[in-house]
Amino acid sequence: MDEVKPTKVIDARGSFCPGPLMELIKAYKQGKVGDVISVYSTDNGTKKDAPEWIKKSGNELIGIFDRSGYFEIVMRKSK
Amino acid sequence: MSNKVSLILFSGNIDKLMAGSIIASGAVANEMEVNIFVTFWALLQLKKNGAPPPTLSPEAGKMAPQIMKVMKEKKIPSWLDTIKQISEIGKVNVYGCSMFADLLEMNKDEFDPIMKDLIGVSQFVDMSKDSSMTLFL
Repeated sequence: MDEVKPTKVIDARGSFCPGPLMELIKAYKQGKVGDVISVYSTDNGTKKDAPEWIKKSGNELIGIFDRSGYFEIVMRKSK
Repeated sequence: MSNKVSLILFSGNIDKLMAGSIIASGAVANEMEVNIFVTFWALLQLKKNGAPPPTLSPEAGKMAPQIMKVMKEKKIPSWLDTIKQISEIGKVNVYGCSMFADLLEMNKDEFDPIMKDLIGVSQFVDMSKDSSMTLFL
């Protein structure tokens, strides 16, 4: 799924719950429909919370990718 | 189902204040409005100048120095920074308790500007009566 180029990347590595999710929501609110937002995180709570929020808020979860020492969550703003 | 959460912050211990700010974040993530009533020792933590130094709840016991150290090392944001961050994202209203402010002769200007107003208990209870939960911390 690396072909999807993010419109915005949030590097929230080292930030704890709920920091990364709140940064993602902020970027989502500031963005436009169709934007691809990616968040880097090392917080395990975020790995569960963020995808759930993305689905519940009616957006598209493009994927959760394991990177070395962190993970990346990618979403598309669909509304 | 109501789309509001009410929090009463009473303790001035930073672990409880952080629990409050984290629950408030969860509410904002769920697109809920949050009304926060800050009273007693928590209210002192909202003072612009002369807020008491940070403390943890007594149950931290011997772990307190370690916890304080870890929180500093890992740059955990303060409860107030979290509240400020989420108030840019969602509907978060912070009110101070007018009774405690009167008791110590503090006026609105002495508190962090995140505080919208000093209000009385009946006004807050009126806000909380149609919340899906009201927590006292």
